[in-house]
Amino acid sequence: MIALPGLLTTSAQQAAPAGPATAIGEPNTVAMVFFFIFIAITLGITYWAARRTRTTEHFYAAGRTVTAGQNGWALAGDYMSAASFLGIAGLVATSGFDGLIYSTGWLVGWPVVLFLIAEPLRNLGKYTFADVVAVRLRQTPVRLSAAFGTLSTIVFYLIAQMVGAGTLIKLMFGLPYNTAIVIVGAAMIAYVLFGGMLATTWVQIVKAALLLGGAALLAGLVLARFGMNPVALFAAASDAYGAAVLAPGKLVANPLDTISLGLALMFGTAGLPHILMRFYTVPDAPAARRSVFIATGLIGFFYLLTFILGFGAMVLVGPDAIRAVDAGGNMAAPLLAEFLGGTPFLGFIAAVAFATILAVVAGLTLSGAAALSHDLWTNVVRKGEAEPQSQLRVARVSSLALGILAIVLGITFKGQNVAFMVGLAFAIAASANFPALVLSIFWRRYTTAGAVASMLAGGCGALALIYLSPVIQMDVLKHTSAWFPLRNPGIVTIPGAFLVGVVVSLLTRDDRALAAWDSAVHDMVVGGRAP
Amino acid sequence: MSSHDLHARRWRIAIALTAVVAAIYFGFILLIAYRKDVMATPIIPGLTVGIVAGALVIVLSWVLTWVYVRWANRHFDAGIASLDGAGK
Repeated sequence: MIALPGLLTTSAQQAAPAGPATAIGEPNTVAMVFFFIFIAITLGITYWAARRTRTTEHFYAAGRTVTAGQNGWALAGDYMSAASFLGIAGLVATSGFDGLIYSTGWLVGWPVVLFLIAEPLRNLGKYTFADVVAVRLRQTPVRLSAAFGTLSTIVFYLIAQMVGAGTLIKLMFGLPYNTAIVIVGAAMIAYVLFGGMLATTWVQIVKAALLLGGAALLAGLVLARFGMNPVALFAAASDAYGAAVLAPGKLVANPLDTISLGLALMFGTAGLPHILMRFYTVPDAPAARRSVFIATGLIGFFYLLTFILGFGAMVLVGPDAIRAVDAGGNMAAPLLAEFLGGTPFLGFIAAVAFATILAVVAGLTLSGAAALSHDLWTNVVRKGEAEPQSQLRVARVSSLALGILAIVLGITFKGQNVAFMVGLAFAIAASANFPALVLSIFWRRYTTAGAVASMLAGGCGALALIYLSPVIQMDVLKHTSAWFPLRNPGIVTIPGAFLVGVVVSLLTRDDRALAAWDSAVHDMVVGGRAP
Repeated sequence: MSSHDLHARRWRIAIALTAVVAAIYFGFILLIAYRKDVMATPIIPGLTVGIVAGALVIVLSWVLTWVYVRWANRHFDAGIASLDGAGK
């Protein structure tokens, strides 16, 4: 029971060939039309944005002109994946209450982002979270360790999204897997390469509006059949499939496992490089603050809608009919759309799911490119001395390279079990990136050695324990037992990374870091470093 | 008041609110794990304690972001303004 996008991949391999009468899996004209309209609009936005993207400040941070409201929608668009739409709705539709546990888990990281990270990050950094960790410390070792945390988070998240995209599109449109991967990759490269953060922001805003609008419309049509009363819908589910669907079932079999995953979700969100990067797009810290409030409201509203969508699909379509199309239940929401609005509505929802994936991979690629070009090239290779125009060129080359890598990885991992990869990405973000950020923001005695040790211990620890866990040993390698019992390492690696950071800092001295504390605090509070 | 005082105040508020979110979420998970009977109790037909609790976790998370934003808008920003007045 780990990452939802895995459902998209594992289940599609078991998709039953003969399901009930549905247009799912057949070329759908309406879906194609909606999809091409979305592509046309977003490429138009990219053309508009490309003419305004002349410096690295534009490329990475949209010139810091994004408003709090826009950034709130873009954060929601950056975060809400197809897995949370299709996966959670499917889980609720097939297993009832247990699916709702995910709806809550994916939201609780957002308050943590706001309380601990968003404002100091906005005031202290420029383009990446490594800017904040490196502010008082020695650039080269810190940037290298932070780039390791960033790139491993990004790559695992990208693989999960790309494989999910290929499988999903094949399932819904009947398009060949590799074609789907290349279309997603090419569109994403176009947004990022030419339009930078400005285009990515607007792609995410459009996607968030489509996803929330589509989900709200679907939920509204469901509720219309139950007197606009969610409780009547839940009661109908209970009448048809037993009272157990409204109560916890078998999902939380091992509480320690669930708590470990919960820790990774809660603190991993605040270490996701593509989410953190968005805070540099707003003009100041108060705008960053308001944007998280708006994003949390939008994402929370969306997860509340999954209650209605899930139980709506359970009652109106039926768990057996849903499993007949896709054993993992991922087609619950599209089937519900087809039931309520016929093939045209199915097509619209399918196109929304496609747009959803595109916006997420664009954000991931842009933040990966920032780690490559801003952290590694500009600040490590060139020691911070690089011509602005060459920085922009390297930024574009990095995005192109990462985009192509995403396509290659998507094709390489075709048919593989990548279910663990989103859980892994969150575990690395929570263990390598989050402790380093918190300690550098709030602890005066933090040293370069402490930061490097903490990031490497957290990142490598998460990787090693996932490898030794049942997720790899039993699910992927088919061994009969695993050395590490938990499916997510968060409960060990998050406190472990904090501990390593504190102990190593106390054992070492960093006079430069101590001397720079006063000005760093001033900048975090008042602002001033980033324009 | 100095920027150090403001930074320390934000740290205390941030840690307290983070602890509240963690308590709400992990309380929900622990109830699911150890008190399934409580979560399965129907309040009215169609509504169990568990469903209400799940929705509350989401709503309360959002309410807590509102609490922080209100505090920061009123007190933190006012503190910064007084710093500016005192020449930082």
